[in-house]
Amino acid sequence: MANQTIVKMIGITKEFPGVRALHNVDIDVSAGEIHALVGENGAGKSTLIKILMGVHQKTAGEVFVAGKKIDVKNPIHAQSLGLSAVYQEINFAQHLTVAENMFMGQLPKNKFGMVNHKKINKETDEIMSSMGIDVGATEIMSDLTRAKQEMVAIGKVLHQKAKFVIFDEPTAQLTTEETEELFRIIQMLKDKNVGILYISHRMEEIFQISDRITVLKDGALVGTVDTNNVTEDDLITMMVGRKLEDMYNIEHVEPGEIVLQVENLSRAGEFEDIHFDVKKGEIFGMFGLVGSGRSEIVHTIFGDKIKNTGTVTFHHKNLSVKKPSAAIAAGMALLPEDRKKQGLALGLSVVENTNMASIKNIAKYGILNTKQGDEIARQYCDVLQTKTPSIHQIAGNLSGGNQQKVVIGKWLAAGSDFFIFDEPTVGVDVGAKVEIYKVFEELIRQGKTIMIISSYLPEVMGLSNRLLVMYEGKQMGILDKSEYSEENVLRLASGMKLERE
Amino acid sequence: MSSNKNQIKKVKFHVGKTEIFLLAVLALLFIIFAVATPVFFRFSNIMNLLRQTSIYGIVALGMVFVIISSGIDLSVGSVLGFSGTVVALMVTNNISIPVAIILAILACAAIGAMNGVLIYDGNVPPFIATMGMMSLVRATLMLMTNARMISGLPENFLAIARFNPLGIPLLAIVWILLSLIALFIARKTVFGRNVYAYGSNKEAARLSGIHIRLTVYGTYIFSAVMCAIAGILITSRLSNAAPTTGTGYELDAIAASVVGGASLNGGQGSVIGAFLGAIIMSTLRQGGTLLGVNSFIMEIIIALLIIAAVLLDQIQRKRGGKKS
Repeated sequence: MANQTIVKMIGITKEFPGVRALHNVDIDVSAGEIHALVGENGAGKSTLIKILMGVHQKTAGEVFVAGKKIDVKNPIHAQSLGLSAVYQEINFAQHLTVAENMFMGQLPKNKFGMVNHKKINKETDEIMSSMGIDVGATEIMSDLTRAKQEMVAIGKVLHQKAKFVIFDEPTAQLTTEETEELFRIIQMLKDKNVGILYISHRMEEIFQISDRITVLKDGALVGTVDTNNVTEDDLITMMVGRKLEDMYNIEHVEPGEIVLQVENLSRAGEFEDIHFDVKKGEIFGMFGLVGSGRSEIVHTIFGDKIKNTGTVTFHHKNLSVKKPSAAIAAGMALLPEDRKKQGLALGLSVVENTNMASIKNIAKYGILNTKQGDEIARQYCDVLQTKTPSIHQIAGNLSGGNQQKVVIGKWLAAGSDFFIFDEPTVGVDVGAKVEIYKVFEELIRQGKTIMIISSYLPEVMGLSNRLLVMYEGKQMGILDKSEYSEENVLRLASGMKLERE
Repeated sequence: MSSNKNQIKKVKFHVGKTEIFLLAVLALLFIIFAVATPVFFRFSNIMNLLRQTSIYGIVALGMVFVIISSGIDLSVGSVLGFSGTVVALMVTNNISIPVAIILAILACAAIGAMNGVLIYDGNVPPFIATMGMMSLVRATLMLMTNARMISGLPENFLAIARFNPLGIPLLAIVWILLSLIALFIARKTVFGRNVYAYGSNKEAARLSGIHIRLTVYGTYIFSAVMCAIAGILITSRLSNAAPTTGTGYELDAIAASVVGGASLNGGQGSVIGAFLGAIIMSTLRQGGTLLGVNSFIMEIIIALLIIAAVLLDQIQRKRGGKKS
């Protein structure tokens, strides 16, 4: 295809305080090309597209759109340049109609100054039928399935006559048939000479749909290849190709008796038939892509979600909890993925957060001993080396790593001996990561047990003794440390079998 | 997040910036009115001011808990009226005064519990649940009394509001005592801290094993009990119980809480703030009356004060650095 280049990014570097998210990355997409962008979580894919869409500003490098050098200032600017994106989370006004969403921000008026519904409905229907999609213009958005909503998002892109579209993990929540439907439409966009940047974790999709593939790793470009010239194995090697860093080198302890045993655990629509055990002093890893059910599993074990079948045995006792308080009382702690939403009361002080799960321990007849509370907060700030100007500092003012430490302190104060970390280092800079790993080391040294969920492969492999890999709600296998390789894990996590002799 | 100047904010457990600011505003108002009119600083006038503030000051104590829990209680005015009527009906029917008071408080606590059930178990937004309860209770009152005022209350009951030990009205004493109790609950009890935790981050509170149901019920019951006490006092003071008593009090109580630094997003607010907020508002009203300022102008000033309080809070928050 001798098509013109629509988007070209050269030498893109992006620095955030404390981290370099991208370093000298080049990529170009031609008209009528489907260009896949792959890399592990944390490789810098989303930073790259956010720079292109004007959400972030690059630190260095050049962006060319249709041959012209341009600094994309903001998303509206990007849209006016013919760049658009279909994100994983679709942003629609769920109570409005399909047509109203499609024309949002540019509703045409009729001669009385009213919204010209006739016009938008007609045009919407035209776009939808041109895509071969069975969605009516007057349907209410919230009545549509996720897949259909995604089609509307694409319809909107078509309507805006975009020349370049980014698809960010578009199939993450679609069924196989819906995915086929989506591919048909992406193919249609391609035939209309639209340039497409396609981000996905799923190997088979990438090989099915893309013309070229660009691989990122740790914020740097590994290379761009023609899809026809590579195999899945080549690609995985490109994505991996690096030895684990020292920072994961923490001192492990000899695992003791079984602390947690999970058998036959299922929850309709989320995961099925999960079984594993965790031993005392172990760091048990769980890996899976978004939507694979890993967070749901730990929330179910914790009693925050209700299981359909299965048993959870914790410290030799059947844990049939329907509320987190029972699991907490038994010594379990969950440090959720979305720390800011679920783990920490940002507006409250370090003291308050530290004592939140164990507030009854510092109270008599419901009356608090605030001195004791302060004492405990101080103690855990010391133990964890939490950097805060004062224990009365508001948690929201601390850095990500220190916020994480406050949450850990909360559970230590509650006397927990089993810690479930769900994505513990998301949004945390490298220095704080190392500190958090040190805390892990300290926890297991004290005889506590850790379960860690992370979608950042080097981390979860580097830290854990054993690793359970999930794919779309199914347990694909548990790897022993001796079987660890990024290739093995990525295979399982993309639904492929291990190549075991 | 890089460290910056606005970092050290000692909240909740200490007298915060907001409270100091409010005290300064109050002092300023006192000085202005004292200079403008000699009557203002007379002991009797100050006592009168306290007496007038006490009723909705007590209501505000309950409201500030509800607001900290990220809720709202629109039923306070109706519950206050309900309490007054119930107690008046009982004492005019020869039920002993202490028994009548206790029964009225229990009846109101039950209404608060119903709010809690609707909000926690029914998942009804607090605004809607308590708005429904507001109309329901008010209409029930009208029905119970045929929309007529109950008067002819026994002397002993009227004596409650007339009791002025050392010249200080009992109403004001009750208000101040309840404020101290509320302050203690907010700062020193598990329940109080759970209200803050729940209001600040519901998910974190739940995952920390906090008993959410008790926290929500407790908040609305506390608010209703405050209204019950206020309703009894106002009935004693007015020597009668009108079924319309308390109409519009919810707005004054919300205003006092908000002026006192409470955030409708929850997790933020203080008892001292609500106390000062209430007294600032009535100082403005009373001082304005003494000076003969058109009462509508005073209402405009109070309205501006409420808006300014929230605006200032927002501006301060922006300066404190946005949390990503």
